[in-house]
Amino acid sequence: MDSRRSDADPAAMPLAVKILVAGGFGVGKTTFVGAVSEIKPLQTEEVLTEQSVGVDDISGVDRKTTTTVAMDFGRITIRDGLILYLFGTPGQDRFWFMWDELSHGALGAVVLADTRRLADCFPAVDYFESRGLPFVVGVNCFDDGYDYETDEIREALDLNDRTPVIMCDARSRNSTKSVLTSLVKHLIAVNGEDRSAQPAAGRI
Amino acid sequence: MSGPGNEWLDEDAGPLVRSYALTRGRARPRTRGEGFEMIAIIATVATPAASSPEIGPEHLAIVDLCVRPHSVAEVSARLGLPLVVVRVLLGDLLAHRLIAVRRPQQQSPTVTEHLLREVLHGLEAL
Repeated sequence: MDSRRSDADPAAMPLAVKILVAGGFGVGKTTFVGAVSEIKPLQTEEVLTEQSVGVDDISGVDRKTTTTVAMDFGRITIRDGLILYLFGTPGQDRFWFMWDELSHGALGAVVLADTRRLADCFPAVDYFESRGLPFVVGVNCFDDGYDYETDEIREALDLNDRTPVIMCDARSRNSTKSVLTSLVKHLIAVNGEDRSAQPAAGRI
Repeated sequence: MSGPGNEWLDEDAGPLVRSYALTRGRARPRTRGEGFEMIAIIATVATPAASSPEIGPEHLAIVDLCVRPHSVAEVSARLGLPLVVVRVLLGDLLAHRLIAVRRPQQQSPTVTEHLLREVLHGLEAL
C-alpha cells in the first residue's frame, strides 16, 4: 500500500538532546525557554490515569480519573543535524513521575530561583541531586527581588561548591544563553571527572 | 458540573473523549521496544498510497508534518494531541513502515563529551 518510499537511514536524521528548566511556579521557566528558543515555546501534554499519578492531592475531586500535565518547550538548532530542546518542568510537586520521564536522557538542568521565594526551588534541587543529574542555579533577578550574593544563595540552597550559581534575567536572550553555556561547561567538567574516576575504580 | 458522572462535561471533555477514540482505546503503541521518547525524531519515509482503514486523518497529519523531521514532543504540540495519543499513532505508522525514528543517543562518557562540546560551541555561536 505504500508508495514513494524514500531512504530511511536514521543516522542521517537529526539527533536531539535536551536540557531541563526547573523551578517553582511562576519563576519564569517559560520566559527563560522563550528568550533563547528559535521557536515560540510549544506546549505538549501528557494525560495520566489515576494510577500513574500516585500520591496526588486530588482526593477531594470525586471520581477524577485523569489528570493533564502540560509542559512547555523550546528548540535551538545547534548545527545541521543536532537539535537542543529546552523543557520546562511542570511546576507542581505532584507531577514527579513526569520529571522522571523528562530527566531520562537529559544532559543537565537549570534550576531557576526567585530570591523572594527561594524555598520554591528546593524540590528541584533535591530532585536533581538525588538523581545525580548535574545542574546550575539561575537566580532570576526580579526588580523587586532581594539583593543576595551568589554565596548566600549557595548557602541557603545547601549547594556544594562546584554547582554554579548565576544571576540572570530570564527575559534576556544573552542572559539565558550565558546560563546555558555555564551549564554545559559545568557538564563537561563533571563528565571529565567521571571519566577519570572510572579507570581508577576499575583497578581496585 | 462536578457531580458524579458529569466530570467529563467541562470544556476539556471534547478533546479527551476524542483522543481516546482516536487510539481506539489503546494506551500504548503496538510496537514493542519503541517507546517514542519525547525527543526521539520522527521522519516520514513513505506516504500511504491508498486509504487504509487503519490510517486515519490524524495519522496522515503526522505523515505530512514529518516530511520535515520533528520530535515526538513537537508532533504532540503541533497537532494538539497528548503524548499518550501521539505515541499510539506513531506506533501504527511505524508498523506500516511509513516513518523512521531516530532515538536519542545512549549516553556514554566519550560520546557525551563530544556532544557537550558541540552543544557548547553551538550555544556560543548563537
